[in-house]
Amino acid sequence: MGAQIPIVDYLALEPAPHLVAHECTACGARFFDRRNACAACGSDAGFRPADVPTEGELRAFTIVSLAAPGIPVPFVAGVIDCGGTSVRANVINTEPDPEHVTLGMKVRLATYVLGTDDAGTEAVGFGFEPAA
Amino acid sequence: MADDIWILGIHMTKFGKHTDRDTMDLAAEAALGAMKDGGVTIQDMGILAAGNLMGASAPTGQMLQKQIGQTGIPVYNVSNACATGATALRTAIMAVKSGECDMGLAVGVEKLAGAGLLAGGARKSDDNTFTPSGRYGSVAPVDGRIGTETMPGVFAQIGMEYGHKYGGTSFELFARISEKNHAHSTLNPLAAYQKRFTLEEIMNDIMIAYPNTRPMCSANCDGAAAAVVVSDAKLKTLSLEQQRRAVKVSASVLTSDPYTESCQILPDVNTLTRRAATTAYEQAGIGPSDLDLVELHDCFATAELVHYDNLMLCEEGGAVPFFESGATWRDGSTPVNVSGGLESKGHPIAATGIANIWEVCHHLRGEAGDRQIEGAKVGLAHVIGLGSACGVHILEKSAV
Repeated sequence: MGAQIPIVDYLALEPAPHLVAHECTACGARFFDRRNACAACGSDAGFRPADVPTEGELRAFTIVSLAAPGIPVPFVAGVIDCGGTSVRANVINTEPDPEHVTLGMKVRLATYVLGTDDAGTEAVGFGFEPAA
Repeated sequence: MADDIWILGIHMTKFGKHTDRDTMDLAAEAALGAMKDGGVTIQDMGILAAGNLMGASAPTGQMLQKQIGQTGIPVYNVSNACATGATALRTAIMAVKSGECDMGLAVGVEKLAGAGLLAGGARKSDDNTFTPSGRYGSVAPVDGRIGTETMPGVFAQIGMEYGHKYGGTSFELFARISEKNHAHSTLNPLAAYQKRFTLEEIMNDIMIAYPNTRPMCSANCDGAAAAVVVSDAKLKTLSLEQQRRAVKVSASVLTSDPYTESCQILPDVNTLTRRAATTAYEQAGIGPSDLDLVELHDCFATAELVHYDNLMLCEEGGAVPFFESGATWRDGSTPVNVSGGLESKGHPIAATGIANIWEVCHHLRGEAGDRQIEGAKVGLAHVIGLGSACGVHILEKSAV
């Protein structure tokens, strides 16, 4: 198997796949993208890595039927509450319809291979799947 | 009061597809119409604030001056997402309120017919090795793979989140909101669409982002709107007829989104709207129950529901029973979007934040024809632009 690279740098693949947020050292607010200072408190004291729970509850979702070219539809996009940290992700490994995807459902992190580049490196994506 | 600001004249173009008219044709019609409506000319204007979101890097205001009069006054070209029109109006209001001038013109214009899906899919990988880039260190476009950035999908989740928090929502409930707005627009000759849809037609139409089908999404279209604002002192020097038709700006508020935990994940359109509304009610010295009509930012049916709550038209958490009571239909206790709203009247982005003011003014002046809300004295206009910006204006009928 070739090397793997996560789709985004806040997806850690080892020891088991999980998300890592940048947590403000002053107020504890969490962000997934690189920040210059904290949007919550304005502090520039810096950020520390914080592991985000891999299980959560689906707080909002939509089933997207019209998307940018190249994105397979329909797919489920949602907001998952992972122990108090909100996470944006697709809901995967289930039928994309309102019978299978419901508000409040328990979900857990899951990964999949998005594609392979010319160097043989696999890009790993993530989503949340039903935990039941 | 001495520092009151008034809408002296206001105009909106027909919303829809204007194949033979360019952006300046539409902006000029709105601007000239607003000044004519107010009985004034470009020579009376002390400031021009202009917005055109799709042409945000262009000198829209100066381009407009070439069509309506280059008088050398300061021009402020503004861009604030879907709140661009409200921001232009508020810029003119601030200039007059500050005493820099006694009359100002605000214009919003957009050519958007046939624009299709807005936002989403911004970045495309351009070589064949995965290289992390950007603030997420991503190796592939994230839109569609890590949630959705498309507007219908974002606002769908906003409505669903409300349903999760308070219960009572369903696909059908959201579709019923759209049914109302499309029914309302049948009385509005300037609306892009004037077709009434049955609930079944709405639910069976093309699904864009569940639970929003196509008629539950704002209609991309062309249009412009403009308003002339005037100081209280200047208004008193004008004719009685101008004073009678002037509409008082009882509150003019603009907010941005304060940090909330999940706002980085799903835009929080609630907190800044609630803050803007709270400030506006305080400024105007009135409460939500005093409102005779409301034009709010129903960019999607799912958005209208949450704004009932955010604007405090109902008790907190009570938007579903509030809608189900019939309160927001034109014969209800708080008519909402009697123009047809963004879903049916249309949403030429930068024009929207002045067009909704036009709608309210029309009713307060008793000039709304077939769709007149009888005896309307106070109205509220709300817009929201993702990013985010929220504009709330409260307007009152002249006592003259």
